[in-house]
Amino acid sequence: MCDQTFVAITFGPCDRCEKNFPLMSIYIQGEAATYCSFCVDTMACEGLTKGETLVTLKNESDSLKKKLEEERNKLHDIELHKVAEKVEVLGALPIKTRRVLKGHSNKVLCMDWCKDKRRLVSSSQDGKVIVWDAFTLNKEHGVTMPCTWVMACAYAPSGCAIACGGLDNKCCVFPLSLDKNENLAAKKKNVAMHTNYLSACSFTNSDMQILTSSGDGTCALWDVESSQLLQSFHGHTADVLSLHLAPSETGNTFVSGGCDKKCNVWDMRSGQNVQSFETHDSDVNCVRYYPSGDAFASASDDATCRLYDLRADREVAIYQKDSIIFGATSVDFSQSGRLLFAGYNDYTVNAWDVLKGTRVSILFGHENRISSLKVSPDGTAFCSASWDNTLRIWA
Amino acid sequence: MTTTMTSNSNLSNMRRLVEQLKLEASVDRIKVSQAAAELQQYCLQNAGKDALLVGMPTGLGSNPFREPRSCHVL
Repeated sequence: MCDQTFVAITFGPCDRCEKNFPLMSIYIQGEAATYCSFCVDTMACEGLTKGETLVTLKNESDSLKKKLEEERNKLHDIELHKVAEKVEVLGALPIKTRRVLKGHSNKVLCMDWCKDKRRLVSSSQDGKVIVWDAFTLNKEHGVTMPCTWVMACAYAPSGCAIACGGLDNKCCVFPLSLDKNENLAAKKKNVAMHTNYLSACSFTNSDMQILTSSGDGTCALWDVESSQLLQSFHGHTADVLSLHLAPSETGNTFVSGGCDKKCNVWDMRSGQNVQSFETHDSDVNCVRYYPSGDAFASASDDATCRLYDLRADREVAIYQKDSIIFGATSVDFSQSGRLLFAGYNDYTVNAWDVLKGTRVSILFGHENRISSLKVSPDGTAFCSASWDNTLRIWA
Repeated sequence: MTTTMTSNSNLSNMRRLVEQLKLEASVDRIKVSQAAAELQQYCLQNAGKDALLVGMPTGLGSNPFREPRSCHVL
């Protein structure tokens, strides 16, 4: 059972009335300000006296949306696959299952690689989180969470800790040690608290900060040591299902995808939603940055994966086939960005040619839907986690 | 998000949406042809290092997952 928990709210003097109330931080013409909810509503009413009504605002937002579409379309001079026509067609890929990791007793919901390219952590519906050595198939650590449906897990960049969470609405961090007789559960540290299930978590470049996304529609950045909320990201109007941090060279941004069919790109320092893309027809299950950081791909229940370019600010490719009718649950790029591996609810993994938009191969092997898929840090293999209780390493 | 929608909240939400759209409209954009060319260039530049793409030869030292293991039943 989960406790009734609330997102940590800042409490303090309001910028306008200077009384102590719980504060909301909002942006007015690009400037951040913190007001109490009374003042926000009062200011909204003042707008009414200036002749603004819900109807005029709706009209303004509709015309702005149209203008945004026009601006984006003006730069749409050619399709990606046309630009890539001269590129060689890819031959058959020599990829097959090399390892099957058995050990979970129920659906495997999430997995993450360690930076050492051989260890990985996986979490399952049975409440267990296991750290594996993918070369030898050894299970190195195991911990049982008090809740079932551990939907998110992540490996720290140093390889010394793992984070996980799910229906308990929290994200907790477990430091790993070399001692085989350790009791991992005793060292558990609760870091994040949301008001709904945790859908994804990821360490930033260090072990000290964790980014989480939740069914409550928000993403949040936490300090691991003090469990303090450093920044929260509001903008999605439904559950946020996935997030991915930009590759480090390109700065402090991350992308998130949710049940509102939108993919949003956020600035981690200001909490601002800098770009938003809404072209999917259904929930966005997974988002992943392209290795150069200039684009990202998304997988959705509408059975398509799409590539969005951040500098052109639009969708540049759709990966779909009439024969694919099941939703895509996870995507990842190969190291050069030429291949996009996508796991689907029809138990297969499809490998797409990113530039040409064609499917290169279908990989069979799992006996139930794929829940998570990640390429290893050095690009030599990728791992898929499935509801058939196993993980498979493909290379 | 579960907030009770009063007409005032609706107004402030709409205001926020309009501000957000204005922000998004002011983003600097480049042409798709240029963006696509750069994506293609990145792919081709790094294709040689991509183990899953080129299929590195099996054998010791190249791809540890493809190495034949001692107790591996084919």
